[in-house]
Amino acid sequence: MDKNEEYGELSKLDRQLLNIIQKDLPLVSRPFQKIADKIGISEQEVIERLQKLRKENYIRRVGGIFSPQKLGYVSTLLAAEVKTDEFYHTAEKINKYRGVTHNYRRNHRFNLWFTLIAKNKEKLQDQISEIKSFDEIQVLREFPVTKRYKLQVDLDMNKNEG
Amino acid sequence: MVDEIDELEKEIIIKLQGSIPLTGEPYRIIARELGITEDKLLSVIKEMKQEGKLRRISGILYHREAGFKHNGMVVWEIEPSKRDRAGRIMAGYEDISHVFARPTYEDWPFNLFSLIHGQSEKEVEETAAEITEQVDVLSYKILYSQEELKKSSMRYFCDFKNT
Repeated sequence: MDKNEEYGELSKLDRQLLNIIQKDLPLVSRPFQKIADKIGISEQEVIERLQKLRKENYIRRVGGIFSPQKLGYVSTLLAAEVKTDEFYHTAEKINKYRGVTHNYRRNHRFNLWFTLIAKNKEKLQDQISEIKSFDEIQVLREFPVTKRYKLQVDLDMNKNEG
Repeated sequence: MVDEIDELEKEIIIKLQGSIPLTGEPYRIIARELGITEDKLLSVIKEMKQEGKLRRISGILYHREAGFKHNGMVVWEIEPSKRDRAGRIMAGYEDISHVFARPTYEDWPFNLFSLIHGQSEKEVEETAAEITEQVDVLSYKILYSQEELKKSSMRYFCDFKNT
């Protein structure tokens, strides 16, 4: 089933909740009460709906998003050219690294794009060298951020209406 | 610069990088698990936020299941002197979540990366085309995600405690 259609079945209230929950959760004792007040339903209903949205895999988690840099960590984007017939095997090997948080197959000579986070520069370079040495990887390129213009992780759910 | 991360902060980070309990008083529960008061927990969280260590506490969605099926990583070749202006213009787009400058290579002239979200490839292409009308672009390419192979949140300080 098309996920768009599935999404279209969400009520207006659920979509509103998905929008609100992606913003800063109030740092108060009863954060869901605050949300409830804002949209005019009870705290209990907010919580139940969020639990349902989580169970149905709309919400991955409600928790902290940290700045790797401010915690002393370093990260980079990497692009790999992987032999087609070894692709999934290689992706699996790369995914085993805990610091690999995102990994996508893309339509380019560099067909595998992933992010790697590590505790410090040395650890990052060690892991990059290790991955570079995989036989299935023909080229591995580092694309660290040199300047940041935007980093935003929430998306507007109401755009899907209609 | 990186501030010191003290022991209590590490314990709080470990708790918050999972999911907070979806109950009436989530911070009280976490505080109890850490053996501190709710007030203390909230004040440390606020401090970490002020210092930028914590970006925020919020819901993180599965974007694909929530309707944004297509994301195009659009890579742009832009004259270096015009890159900042281009980056700022792209940053203003609602459908663009990430805009970063990244290094170029001999066979890779693209110095600006942006992540454009849409409900179809056509939508992504339209946004990209719109940008070319406002920014001097030497060339660009859209690299669609054909498959999500991994998406997870980083777990920090995992080796800090064995519990």
